[in-house]
Amino acid sequence: MADKRAKHKSKYTLDRGIPGAFEGETVTRRRFMTGSAHTAGAIAASSFALPALAFAIGPIFKSTPHRWETVGSVNFFTDNNYVPVVITLQPGIGEAGKSTAYIRKFNPAIDTDPYDRTTPYIAISSRCAHLGCPVRWVDAAERFICPCHGGVYDLLGRRVGGPPVRPLDRFYTRVVGEDVQVGPRFSVNSELRRFSPRDPGEPLDGIGQYLYPSRPGAQKL
Amino acid sequence: MQEPPPRPGEKPAAAGPLDAAAQAGVTVIDWVDERTSLSGAARWMMFRKVPKGTNWFYTLGSATMFAFLNQAVTGVFLAMYYRPDASGGAYESIRYVTNDVFLGQFVRGMHKWGSSVMVILVFLHMGRTFFFGAYKYPRELNWVIGVVLLILTMVMSFTGYLLPFDQRAYWATIVGVNINGTGPLIGPYLSDFLRGGSEFGATTLSRFYAIHMLLLPGAIAALIGAHLYLVAKLGTTAPPWQKAETRSELREAEV
Repeated sequence: MADKRAKHKSKYTLDRGIPGAFEGETVTRRRFMTGSAHTAGAIAASSFALPALAFAIGPIFKSTPHRWETVGSVNFFTDNNYVPVVITLQPGIGEAGKSTAYIRKFNPAIDTDPYDRTTPYIAISSRCAHLGCPVRWVDAAERFICPCHGGVYDLLGRRVGGPPVRPLDRFYTRVVGEDVQVGPRFSVNSELRRFSPRDPGEPLDGIGQYLYPSRPGAQKL
Repeated sequence: MQEPPPRPGEKPAAAGPLDAAAQAGVTVIDWVDERTSLSGAARWMMFRKVPKGTNWFYTLGSATMFAFLNQAVTGVFLAMYYRPDASGGAYESIRYVTNDVFLGQFVRGMHKWGSSVMVILVFLHMGRTFFFGAYKYPRELNWVIGVVLLILTMVMSFTGYLLPFDQRAYWATIVGVNINGTGPLIGPYLSDFLRGGSEFGATTLSRFYAIHMLLLPGAIAALIGAHLYLVAKLGTTAPPWQKAETRSELREAEV
């Protein structure tokens, strides 16, 4: 076999004795035809496959616009307990797009963390940091408790028990006139340092923030 | 002495309309077979030699396939009523099927319970293959195809669970998507892909619906075809307790 190959090694079809070959030809017409047909097929297939694929994975890279939603007047919230408010995370799909946020006025005695100094209101997301079930604030225990797998969080939303990997997410807040508004979500690590929003179950301590990168479309405020 | 069969193109002797009617089935099959040669393939597929000791455990694969056929047929009819509308239409259409459509509760029940039956049968079939050593050479590729079919069945269960769009469906999907998100590096992208965005929305439901009823059924049907082809090509294994036949005249028998 090796000898046979060596004998026909010339790149010119004429030297290889191929019928119909002409001077200077290196690619046979049969080979060229096969290649052209394959190329045409590949172009035709990718002309529908690539756009369809991009269409399917496009939402990963889409940036969602910031929404600010009025949740009540400034007198509605106290600085020592949470008030649950229903906010819309995804408009247009009714109840399925709504969620609960727990809101209280900034309290310098409790919110000693440097990152919270600038926040007029503390808005805690009810989305459990374990796998996304809805936590509720239990007044008597002064804890957020998750019904699914027993995650427990303290007044600041920091994990005190159960499987969650980081504190509860929060929302940016602002005061416009007399109204308190809730804005985009952000995630915090166990020191309440702020990060772009992450999905539940993604830790943010240590190398967590690199193992679980923020979504490409996430915008910094 | 029997009459010899007529030569091709020759009119059979004394063929009245009654004879033609009696031969109608054969005639149709002959007509198709003459143009496709399908009878050889059918014989190859259906009249195979099976090893001595073949028992009821060998029916688990067929049982799984029939569970899939049940899902496919009931699913097609459920799709005639279902609306993938996240703002209440999906739940309402399922409620309508369950409460108002004639036999709707039954067909939906067949689909709902059939999905659990299929998962159980897949695992029993896999266990049979494992404990009988039927995954060994030359059947490794069929084991691999089977594992892909197992995964696709699980994805079917996961995507189908959302479609009734009640509280259980909604929260189970939230949790399920977030479990996907806990995979390092690609997890966040995977959960965004499943949701069709950063938050659960209308796209999530239509995505799950399209995956559940368009993408996966075709893939599963094609892979079942490949799975069956390899079973017919390679044959089945004898149970591990089956001893080799010592008398040579009994080693092979036409059934």
